[in-house]
Amino acid sequence: MSKYTEDDLREELKTQEYEYGFYTYLDAETFPKGLNEDVIRAISAKKEEPEWMTEWRLDAFRKWEAMEEPEWANVTYEKPNFQEISYYSAPKKADPNKSLDDVDPELLEMYRKLGISVDEQKKLQNVAVDIVVDSVSVATTFKKTLNEKGIIFCPISEAIKEHPELVKKYMGSVVPKTDNFYAALNSAVFTDGSFCYIPKGVTCPMELSTYFRINEGGTGQFERTLVVADEGSFVSYLEGCTAPSRDENQLHAAVVELVAMDDAEIKYSTVQNWFPGDKNGKGGVFNFVTKRAVCETNAKVSWTQVETGSAVTWKYPSCILKGDNSTGEFYSIAVTNNYQQADTGTKMIHLGKNTKSTIISKGISAGHSHNSYRGLVKVNSKAENARNFSQCDSLLMGDLCGAHTFPYIEVKNKSAQIEHEATTSKIGEDQLFYCNQRGIDTEKAIALIVNGFSKDVLNKLPMEFAVEAQKLLEISLEGSVG
Amino acid sequence: MLKIENLHAKVEDNDILKGLNIEVKAGEVHAIMGPNGAGKSTLASVVAGNENYEVTEGTISLEGEDLEDLSPDERAHKGVFLSFQYPVEIPGVSVTNFIKTAINAKRKANGLQDMPAGEMLKMIREKSALLEIKKDFLSRSLNEGFSGGEKKRNEIFQMAMLEPKLAILDETDSGLDIDALRIVANGVNKLKSKDNAVIVITHYQRLLDYIVPDFVHVLADGKIIKSGGKELALELEEKGYDWLVK
Repeated sequence: MSKYTEDDLREELKTQEYEYGFYTYLDAETFPKGLNEDVIRAISAKKEEPEWMTEWRLDAFRKWEAMEEPEWANVTYEKPNFQEISYYSAPKKADPNKSLDDVDPELLEMYRKLGISVDEQKKLQNVAVDIVVDSVSVATTFKKTLNEKGIIFCPISEAIKEHPELVKKYMGSVVPKTDNFYAALNSAVFTDGSFCYIPKGVTCPMELSTYFRINEGGTGQFERTLVVADEGSFVSYLEGCTAPSRDENQLHAAVVELVAMDDAEIKYSTVQNWFPGDKNGKGGVFNFVTKRAVCETNAKVSWTQVETGSAVTWKYPSCILKGDNSTGEFYSIAVTNNYQQADTGTKMIHLGKNTKSTIISKGISAGHSHNSYRGLVKVNSKAENARNFSQCDSLLMGDLCGAHTFPYIEVKNKSAQIEHEATTSKIGEDQLFYCNQRGIDTEKAIALIVNGFSKDVLNKLPMEFAVEAQKLLEISLEGSVG
Repeated sequence: MLKIENLHAKVEDNDILKGLNIEVKAGEVHAIMGPNGAGKSTLASVVAGNENYEVTEGTISLEGEDLEDLSPDERAHKGVFLSFQYPVEIPGVSVTNFIKTAINAKRKANGLQDMPAGEMLKMIREKSALLEIKKDFLSRSLNEGFSGGEKKRNEIFQMAMLEPKLAILDETDSGLDIDALRIVANGVNKLKSKDNAVIVITHYQRLLDYIVPDFVHVLADGKIIKSGGKELALELEEKGYDWLVK
């Protein structure tokens, strides 16, 4: 019988490999495992940081030591042993200021495999890229073009040295050092990430993008991104993430801070594809991330995320709508398969008058996975005429997975208008048969149905990445119907 | 074209088809009528390869090729088309995107490249005109919020686009007002040729005024119990089925 049964599908899924699971041999300098004040001083020294930065880190570390790892998320995992992680690893030959000819050929080969274009001559995409491998930024493209407009786009380690006034002013202003356990840890040990500043009235002429890659084993990645959009400016920013397949769990604890000043707009898109672990749930990245934006008067921030990777995800990109007439948006697609767990959503904090927020969350669960939406909409007493619309849709495949929704609404002003809609659906056998009857095989049918389900969010991604994201959804769910 | 011999099929533990025989030649239109629960829709599903039904005995062949080992999508690639009685909704997938995916899947299976966009557009324009489908309809989500008439019209539109060898229309007339019925039937008639065949499953003579069958079969209790020309349909309309079913 050539009938393609569910068992065949399941079998195929088991052999489905994570496309970015390769490891590149790079001559790397990696710190011994363990975390204490000396390690933090060593990281700071390695980065040639000024004294104020070292002190900032140490302060965060001391506060972190007194904090407890949170347990309220709807996920279960073995807590990382923070003394068993190396907090710094850098490919030896990486130097973002050198020309590409000087870069380790192994590193270039890795970019090629990851599909990243670093060759500015080719200009395949109108995208400036910063690439972070393990703990350091290894290449930043299009720097010159951006400089002409006064745009700063560089590794955060460089910004600390070159633009200390901006970093001092804004780092920690949106996500305080002690905001939460992982934010505090990040503040102490962050190694690299991107910094971006768009001057007053400037519309950034290209997409800015950071590509994060964990390469070394036994390490964690703690990156920090800071985007400051000055009055009336606009920037669209994208981050992508991958890691090799390993049996161990690797920790990724990032902090992203966005500052949108009066009349500014920031679009921040993420395609997160960290190694999700194998079919039995072994290995995979723990993705514990704090992302938050502050919006001043008339400012707008849109978070768009496509989350397909990681063993455990814990992440709530949020907006503090501080200024009057400011707008926050959150568009999310979260896919979990096998034994993946995701607890993700957003917080929209309405402080200013006439503030508006929109939340569209699409969760897709397959295999034995659990996918939770957790969101908070908070309207302060002074936030007259605040409006929120939330829509949370879940799509289930098979009967072994779970979808959960935890919406929290706190309203302290009577003029607020809050709408919340939620749906849960399953990919039906009748839908699959209908597609099959039209000549569309089951794999393709699932992709079609999932893409249809996610369309509202996919449409929000920048053109260049929408296609990539669509493919990623297909790969993540191949053979996952049960 | 289609030859079904001694077909037995069941769903879960219920035997539904119990030794059904039928032969449909290219260029012919056959109508299958019969009381509720006789197995009419089961026959449609089994020919299309729905895996909820188990064929326990007998054979189905299309142009001499046994269909038993072929999955539903492979049967579709060979030219089997089923117009569903209850077409399903696929939210977020437009009518155009869906038919484009279907056409290219079929072409790929037959060793062809994707249909060039220009050609696709031209074909969509032609076939949607045939079924009096408006442009904005094509960008709506497949069957989502469609009226009964819109759903059936969309089924026949897909049939027109896919140009099947064998089309099975399962109660395409149910839920249609008289204008929609005329449009749908007219579409089917225009698609008929000496190289393809149509099986119309219906309860009512009404549809057969528009799509005139060469043969009419009565299906009752899992078997064809009477066959005849188009006049048989009129007789059934008048007398019902009771005189045939003991």
